Amino acid sequence: MFDSLSDRLGAVVGKLRNRGRLSEADVDEILAEIRTALLEADVNVAVVRNVLARIREQSVGEAMSKVLDPAQQVVKTVQAELIALLGGETLKITYASQPPTVVLMAGLQGSGKTTSAAKLAAWFKKQGRQPMLVGADLQRPAAVEQLRVLGQQIGVPVFSAPGDPVETARLGLEEARRLGRNVLIVDTAGRLAIDEEMMEQVRRISETVMPRYTFLVVDAMTGQDAVTVAEAFNNTLAIDGVILSKLDGDARGGAALSVKEVIGKPIAFAATGEKLDAFEQFHPDRMAGRILGMGDMLSLIEQAEQVFEKEEAEKAAKKLVDGKFTLDDFLDQLQQLKKMGPLQNVLGMLPGVGAQLKGAEVSDDQVKRTEAIIRSMTPAERENPQIINGSRRTRIANGSGTQVQDVNRLVKQFAEMQKMMKQFGGRLPSR
Amino acid sequence: MNDLWLYVAIAATIALGGGVVIARRSRHDMPSAPVAPPTPPTPVAAPSAPAAVETPPAAVSTPPSFRDRLSRARGVFASATTGVLRRSAIDQSTWDELEEAMLRADLGVKVTTALLDGLRARVKQREIADPTGLIHALRSEMTGRLADVDRTLAFDLARGTPNIWMMVGVNGAGKTTSLAKIAAQQMALGRSVLMAAGDTFRAAAGEQLETWATRTGAAIVRGAEGADPSSVVFDGVQSAAARNIDLVLADTAGRLQTNTNLMDELRKVRRVAEKAAGVVTEVLLVIDATTGQNGLVQAKQFTEATQVTGVVLTKLDGSAKGGIVFAIETELGIPVKLVGLGETVADLAPFHPEEFVDALFDE
Repeated sequence: MFDSLSDRLGAVVGKLRNRGRLSEADVDEILAEIRTALLEADVNVAVVRNVLARIREQSVGEAMSKVLDPAQQVVKTVQAELIALLGGETLKITYASQPPTVVLMAGLQGSGKTTSAAKLAAWFKKQGRQPMLVGADLQRPAAVEQLRVLGQQIGVPVFSAPGDPVETARLGLEEARRLGRNVLIVDTAGRLAIDEEMMEQVRRISETVMPRYTFLVVDAMTGQDAVTVAEAFNNTLAIDGVILSKLDGDARGGAALSVKEVIGKPIAFAATGEKLDAFEQFHPDRMAGRILGMGDMLSLIEQAEQVFEKEEAEKAAKKLVDGKFTLDDFLDQLQQLKKMGPLQNVLGMLPGVGAQLKGAEVSDDQVKRTEAIIRSMTPAERENPQIINGSRRTRIANGSGTQVQDVNRLVKQFAEMQKMMKQFGGRLPSR
Repeated sequence: MNDLWLYVAIAATIALGGGVVIARRSRHDMPSAPVAPPTPPTPVAAPSAPAAVETPPAAVSTPPSFRDRLSRARGVFASATTGVLRRSAIDQSTWDELEEAMLRADLGVKVTTALLDGLRARVKQREIADPTGLIHALRSEMTGRLADVDRTLAFDLARGTPNIWMMVGVNGAGKTTSLAKIAAQQMALGRSVLMAAGDTFRAAAGEQLETWATRTGAAIVRGAEGADPSSVVFDGVQSAAARNIDLVLADTAGRLQTNTNLMDELRKVRRVAEKAAGVVTEVLLVIDATTGQNGLVQAKQFTEATQVTGVVLTKLDGSAKGGIVFAIETELGIPVKLVGLGETVADLAPFHPEEFVDALFDE
């Protein structure tokens, strides 16, 4: 696994801890770490060079924040730079005045076009459109069959005809008009960007169906070659945006950033899971954190700093690590946390947690219930939940208007959390 | 269970709040490091659909020269070499140009740094005197990194009948296509082949393999969509044993290495395959040449789960250089056995390190 950038920077940051300003040499050292992180995330070499030049300009001599370490300030600059590079805004999809709105899918073999086509159809359906799929990949055995099965799963009609892919696409467009479908998604065969014959074929498909959007499907695991491929497809087809597939793995997806920088077209969608609804419009800010391997830690740190009482937080963290964290402390911290905004958002910023929570509802009701249960406990019980026996349990449940099972669950999960935090304590800085 | 996340996350946030403070105070009295919160495993997808290009296999003929096929759009080192040789001495730009070429070929920071550090030392010791010598040394060091190992596919009926070769890899790497080409080649060698359609997840994966079985004349065993892949492979091996078939090629669904459940499933496929009458002699990891640094992680994880015996590097006929294999071979010692140089059966060719490296330097 790659070390996260925060790990990498650890050593540098430690050395620089007494500096209010960074010298050019310090910045060099930090930038070298950032360079490695970006390269290991598959950001294109040329793009890395440009980004680093811009960051250096902003970092040398700048008065560093009093709150954060100077080195972290540089990291913050990096993140801002990456977000700017990825394109500040999510692509807004508009529709043709003369339906259907045609979308053409293109890309290398195995990049995930067919699955992405089906996911995109499901997305349009959710927007209240009536999509139709055209299977114009007549190359790979059973590709059309695959599209049909997927179409069935999402309840979207699939058209295909054997023979010539250009003709198939044309017939598909006619069929969509006849059936009154207002979005048409054309899946094409995978092709190498240097295969002139195949590139000519997809250009002819494009001419025939006149797509409103041409999306290039790019595998998140792609390395340095992503840029070459994107340029080639863009020259032939005039790409409108990129669909980033397989983003649910542990690839950092630096290719995405490079493509945006080189062809100047935004990343429109990202596939984040195997399910056909695991597909969403792309958010540049989240991607920046991912490329750096640090989630959205920085904004979280910022918010935490604004809200948490320093002394209190320090005490709580120490207790946690020492295993002396009680339900009382938990209640206190919960109050602090609530000040940071809706819980779901706060948790979403923790690396890795965001994705987990997509399926799990974290409602403020749950928080309220938890608070009520703790408040119904005596100080002794909060100090040492192990003394909670049957009759205490019933009393607490009655007092908080919850069920005995709820009380049990809280006590059990609190114990588990303590255990987990003790392990995590080993990774905390300086104890 | 849902609530548990709440607590973990809250605890993490608390620790974070505290951590920030501790880290700040540490400027004065403690060593400091950025805060690392616990990162719960990201839930990952089961396979989404790969799409591999396939055309009807041509009859097996003499494989095209490895070098000829590679040289198309190769030469990532060509301009660097030209630049380096234009100068009479080795200077900073020399190193910069070489480094950039190596990174662009997806060699990765670690391999690149190691190679360049070695060369710098040799220049310092006057072992390498001029740009020409440097380029020559780089070529031979790169070739040397791809160690002289056995790259033949292990087939030995004395070890058990049938032999089983498993195909594993992430989604869209080209497992099914590679399997079909291997089948055609092995049948041309006079071996009888059975395909076990262990990808029971992706829509129409079974149909795809069936098409290939018909075209190549190989036997095939399929399960229902969604069936347990281990049982499909087991049935395939049993069926091959009963019919005296030499070789079972077991396809598996593409999976991302971060998906623990699916990696466990793969472990089970390998285990169960040997419970039947045969013996697993090859586990081939299929990697797409366009893959970047994640390829090393893939190789590590798949090896951990299934003891990978070789790599099949596909789609090397595109513009991607496949440089990640340097890291895979040196760090994990897994040899590249086959490379995909095109769409015909003959285009799946044995790997030659020297020609592979030479092609990178071609003009």
